[in-house]
Amino acid sequence: MTFTSKLALAASALALSVSAAWADGGNISVGLALEPPHLDPTSAAAGAIDQVLYSNVFEGLTRFASDGSIIPGLAKSWEISEDGLTYTFQLNGGVTFHDGSAMDADDVIFSLDRARAEDSTNAQKALFADIASVAASDPQTVVVTLGKPNGSFLFNMAWGDAVIVAPESIAGIKETPVGTGPFKFVEWVKGDRIEVVRYADYWGDAVPLEAATFRFISDPTAAFASVMSEDVDVFPVFPAPENLAQFEADPRFQVLVGSTEGETILSINNKMEPLNDVRVRKAIAHAIDRQAIIDGAMFGFGTPIGTHFAPHNPAYIDLTGNSGHDIEMSKALLAEAGYPDGFTTTLKLPPPSYARRGGEIIAAQLREVGITVEISNLEWAQWLEQVFRGKDFGLSIVSHTEPMDIGIYARPDYYFQYDNPDFQALIAELNAESKADRRTELMQQAQTVISEDYVNGYLFQLAATGVANAKLQGLWVNAPTQATDLTGVSWAD
Amino acid sequence: MLRYSLKRLFSLVISLLVASIVIFVVIEIVPGDPATYMLGINAQEDTIAALREELGLNATKIERYWGWLSGMMVGDFGTSYTYRSPVSELIGDRIWVSLPLALIALTLSTAIAFPIGILAASRRGSVTDMSVMGATQLGVAIPNFWFAMILVLIFAINLRWFASGGFPGWDEGLFAGLKALTLPAIALALPQASILARVMRTSLLDTLSEDFVRTARAKGLSKAKALRRHALRNALIPVLTIIGLQFSFMLAGAIIIENVFYLPGLGRLIFQSISQRDLIVVESVVMLLVFAVILVNFLVDLTYALVDPRLRGRQ
Repeated sequence: MTFTSKLALAASALALSVSAAWADGGNISVGLALEPPHLDPTSAAAGAIDQVLYSNVFEGLTRFASDGSIIPGLAKSWEISEDGLTYTFQLNGGVTFHDGSAMDADDVIFSLDRARAEDSTNAQKALFADIASVAASDPQTVVVTLGKPNGSFLFNMAWGDAVIVAPESIAGIKETPVGTGPFKFVEWVKGDRIEVVRYADYWGDAVPLEAATFRFISDPTAAFASVMSEDVDVFPVFPAPENLAQFEADPRFQVLVGSTEGETILSINNKMEPLNDVRVRKAIAHAIDRQAIIDGAMFGFGTPIGTHFAPHNPAYIDLTGNSGHDIEMSKALLAEAGYPDGFTTTLKLPPPSYARRGGEIIAAQLREVGITVEISNLEWAQWLEQVFRGKDFGLSIVSHTEPMDIGIYARPDYYFQYDNPDFQALIAELNAESKADRRTELMQQAQTVISEDYVNGYLFQLAATGVANAKLQGLWVNAPTQATDLTGVSWAD
Repeated sequence: MLRYSLKRLFSLVISLLVASIVIFVVIEIVPGDPATYMLGINAQEDTIAALREELGLNATKIERYWGWLSGMMVGDFGTSYTYRSPVSELIGDRIWVSLPLALIALTLSTAIAFPIGILAASRRGSVTDMSVMGATQLGVAIPNFWFAMILVLIFAINLRWFASGGFPGWDEGLFAGLKALTLPAIALALPQASILARVMRTSLLDTLSEDFVRTARAKGLSKAKALRRHALRNALIPVLTIIGLQFSFMLAGAIIIENVFYLPGLGRLIFQSISQRDLIVVESVVMLLVFAVILVNFLVDLTYALVDPRLRGRQ
């Protein structure tokens, strides 16, 4: 055989293998900026774990849909007792873990008990705090009894931290996750990629895609190159908003712009002088020009917010009017509070670009009313230690990405240290309430209270900006939780 | 020769011990708690305490230093806080990217630098010399990450000859692995080749003006022969020093190149581990790199002795 014929053979073999892979729904290569530290969604806060595994490999009793609503997951239905204390979940039949073992009520009991145990390392242990007991009345029925009514219990069970795991495979979960989802974990080449394939015995509707590869590309320039060269088919959270216009202009790609649960705020230390004075906080709020920050730091992506609530939520009310950009009013408020010449405080910024870029702009805006900020750039670990745990800061910028997290304002020891007993009572009532109308009412009251107390500077809702191959369909546009749900994704012909 | 080697070996061990203390102290005083980082902003205090206990973070610094050091003696680098797998395994995976990359880049850089350095020296002042000097000046000035991005733009985005990055793993075959390392190796090698070529030229010019070369020429050797037999070998000592430094640089300093090409190498492992406060991984990888640098210098010292017989007899 001559060299050229060998080459031709190799080429045709290559073509064959490529077309074989594409014939059946195809593969997809997903770019993610951060690599998961390990693969146990129930014992770390890292969003990167859910971005790979949520709804693809692991499933919970309930789950988030793309619009943020709660839909059935492993539980096909549930009944809530009159007093709101007992939840009876009917599990789907024929559900198996990827190792072939059946998923039944015992696995649910194990998962929930493990998450709320004394030595649990679940990063969202509070989600399970109201559970008093979990029991099975038969293999397909789980009865969860709460210690006190909790209106967001079904919502809590949809989090990635509440997925159902099996006692048989828990020991190896950090390296080889075994779930019930439509994709089965295959391989993790650390630092490079995670591969999953379609699970043939999935209990629900079979997914169109045959396999998926998640690749970890943290550098924004490298991310750009990977999409441009079509090595990566979709980058659900594209790290460089400045490149989006270029992708939009290119017919090979589509740019997906949706919303996230990330309320981006200028957090204020409510216990520190002079920021403990509501007039000072109000002055800061009026000194800020939100649109300039969205344009300057986020290249126009982001929705202005006036309170700590996601604008796409039906219960959201627009309170941006409480803190319109008004330099004169801001100066007057500062003078009234006894700081006619302003004051100096710190602005501690975590690594994301919204914070670093936004911080520069806010510093300039505050300078106009006489407030001088000393900017320091921190790594996440430092930020957590100094700002979040140490509460050693004046101002900071951070996006609170947990869904429906207005409840943090009811925790006086939370890093911005807002201590308002009326607000705490409001949230306590909300947590116990399960009637939708009343809940909406309470949520709106809560939004108004923190907006009018100017607890923090409310900037914008972080946009979900992704880039994908134009032929891909069924991708999540919004990000109700940090996930790359591939269950509905397919290639158009 | 033996005595010379033993002396070098002793200083190698002392350097390693000192390095281990410095690394441990420096990394331990960096603020930030790994358990807090992993559990994020909604974690409860008792959860963080449970995780700290699980990770063994509650032991005293001295206990942890001793545990780390004694573990390393027997090849056990401990367990990563975030990945929860043995550090030696993590390093084992990554080194098969970083080491081949450094070796390819070094080979490439030497293969380019030697001929053009020698060529430039032997034709000093000619157009060839000038163009070599000009080109290498440019090569030294260009930052390797920028050069890497240009390579990606041309060969990955426009021509599509190579992937824009990533590493398929050696399981996919030698060709696939080498292909993935080609652009990064070129990006790493070119600036180094420029430096090396200039060192080669200067060093060779120095020796060419030595008396013994004049003597060799006077004995009737042609210019080329005098250069090959007498000057080249004597010019190698500074060049070897630079090669040693460059190898260490390419092994340890490929962090930026590994980020541009998203290669799963040691550089990116350190980078990720620092931000995740996976202290044990940072300490171990840095220690390993220090070991590599010291070892390479040790080997370079030994090669001096091979190249220069005078060193073998010296006390």
